[in-house]
Amino acid sequence: MNVMTKDMTTKLGFDVERIRRDFPILSQTVRGKPLVFLDSAASAQKPRPVIDAMVQAMETQYANVHRGLHWMSERTTDAYESTRDAVARLINAPSRDEIVFAKNTTEGINLVAHSYGRGIMKPGQAVVISEMEHHANLVPWQMLRDAHGIELRVAPITDAGELDMAGLETLLQDRKVGLVAVTHMSNVLGTVVPAARVAALAHEYGAKALFDGSQAAVHRPVDVQAIDADFYLFTAHKLYGPTGIGVLWARRELLEAMPPFMGGGDMIGTVSFERSTWAEIPHKFEAGTPAIIEAIGLKAAVEYVEAIGFDAITAHEARLTDHALARLSDIPGLRVLGRAQDRGGVFSFTMQGAHAHDIATLLDRQGIAVRAGNHCAEPLMRRLGVDSSARASTGIYTTMAEIDALADTLLRVREFFT
Amino acid sequence: MFDELRDLYSAEIRAHGRTPSHGQRPAAFDASAKGDNPMCGDRVQVFVRRDDGRVAEAGFEARGCEITVASADLMCEAVRGQPVDHVRALSDQVAAMARTGRCEACDEALRNVHPLSAVHEYPSRVKCVTLPWHALLAALDGEKESTSE
Repeated sequence: MNVMTKDMTTKLGFDVERIRRDFPILSQTVRGKPLVFLDSAASAQKPRPVIDAMVQAMETQYANVHRGLHWMSERTTDAYESTRDAVARLINAPSRDEIVFAKNTTEGINLVAHSYGRGIMKPGQAVVISEMEHHANLVPWQMLRDAHGIELRVAPITDAGELDMAGLETLLQDRKVGLVAVTHMSNVLGTVVPAARVAALAHEYGAKALFDGSQAAVHRPVDVQAIDADFYLFTAHKLYGPTGIGVLWARRELLEAMPPFMGGGDMIGTVSFERSTWAEIPHKFEAGTPAIIEAIGLKAAVEYVEAIGFDAITAHEARLTDHALARLSDIPGLRVLGRAQDRGGVFSFTMQGAHAHDIATLLDRQGIAVRAGNHCAEPLMRRLGVDSSARASTGIYTTMAEIDALADTLLRVREFFT
Repeated sequence: MFDELRDLYSAEIRAHGRTPSHGQRPAAFDASAKGDNPMCGDRVQVFVRRDDGRVAEAGFEARGCEITVASADLMCEAVRGQPVDHVRALSDQVAAMARTGRCEACDEALRNVHPLSAVHEYPSRVKCVTLPWHALLAALDGEKESTSE
C-alpha cells in the first residue's frame, strides 16, 4: 500500500487491517499459504460480531418466536423482530412491515414470481429481465411464463456490459410489461445498473420495478425510496451475515394485495377446516418457524457494515477496483469481461491458452480462492462469447496486497500455460 | 511456484489436454452423446464406431479445461478395441481411480490413464476426468445426453 493510499484510508477512518482482525477465518492458511479470499461475491466471510451474536442467542436466549407466552420466547421474538428495523434502516424502507424474510434472494424472487406474478399479473402481460441476470432472476420468470401465460422479454446489454436503456425502453413501449426485474449489480461483470433510471422508465410505461440487490447491497448504499423501487431483494450471506436468510422488501400496497406464497403456521389469522385467513404483512409471507438465529446474525451484520459506513466501504472498493483493473490489464492475454463506467469489485476474466478451471486450481494452490465457471449466468456467458471465466471478487477485508498477489500469481499461471 | 501441481499437470496430461489426438468427429460413427457439467459449463461430445461388439474408434469434441480434454483423449485411446460391454467396468475403474488416486486393480487397458490419478487431490476437479466417460457410456446406451452429476 503506498503512502497516498494509506493517508486516504486513515482520513476515511477505514483501517482494513483492523477490519481483517474481526474475521477469524482470515488468519487461516490454505495449503500452507495465507488465505487470499477473493470469492466474496459467492459468499462472504463472517465477522466476530455476527458469529458471537448467533452463538450468544443459542447459549442465552432462544425459543420459538411469535408463539410462546414465556420469557424466552418473548425475548427471542424481540430479537428476531428487531432485525426488521435494522434492515428497514439499512435500505431506507418506509416501514418495517414491508421487510419480509425469505431463505435467500432466490426464494424472495420466487415469492414475487408466485404471489405477484400469478396472483396479480394477468396472462398476456410481460416481465422484462436483462441479459446479465443470475439464474435466480431468470428461471422463476420462465416458470411463471410457462405456468401463467406471461411473456418473458430480455433487455439487451451493450458490449461494455451496461444495461442498454434504449433497448429496455423499446421493450416497454407496447405497455404490456407488468414488471421489470433486473440486477442492481452484475455478479459477473461488476456493472452497477442505474436503478433509479430503470425504475423511472418502468413507471413511465406502467410497469413495476424489481431489483436483485444480492451484489449491490454489499457494495453500495441502497435507498429503496430514492430508487423509487417496487421490489428489492438481497441476501444475508453475501453481506457478511449467515446463510439461510434473505430479504424481500416491497411496497406495502403490493404486499397487501399479493396472496401468500406458502401456507402454514405463523402466516395465518384464523384457521378452520373450511377456510383460513391470512396474517397481516409481513407475517403473511413467513410461513413456519423462520430462520431465527440467522435473523439475529443478519442484524449483527447490518450493524457491522453500518458502523464502518458505506462511504468508507465504497471508497475502499473504488481503490481496489482501480488497482485490480490496472494490474489485470497489464497481464498479456488476459481479458476482463465488461468495462462498465459504474462498476464494483467483481472481475471476471479469461486468459488466452488457459481454461478458467485450470487457472482456479493453480491459484488455489497458492491459497487464492476465486470462482470459475459460468457463475450461474449461462445466457450472459453466451452473450459475451465465452464458455467460462474465472472471477475474483472483493470484500471489505480485501487488501491491495491481495490484489497484487492475484496479479503476480496470474503472471506465473500464464507462464505455466504458455 | 506450481511445483506441487506438476503431478496433475504432468507433461503427458498437458500434451493430451492441449493437442489431443482424438479431438475430432470420426469420419464414420454409429453412436454419439453429449456430456455436460452444469456447474462449470464444460461440454464434451463423444462419437463411437462399433464393429463386431468392440469399440473400433472413438473421438470427441470438447470445450473444457485441460483435464477434461486430456481425459477424453486418453479415454478414446484406452477404449479402442475393447469389447463394448467392458466399457462400463473401465469407466467405473477410472471413476474410482479419480476419487482415490489408486488404480492397482485397474484393467491393463487403462495404463495410459494412470497419470490422471493425481486428480484425487483436487476433489472439485474429479468430474473433469469422469465427464467424458459419462458421455461415452450414454452414447453406448443409446442416450443423447449425460451430465457429470
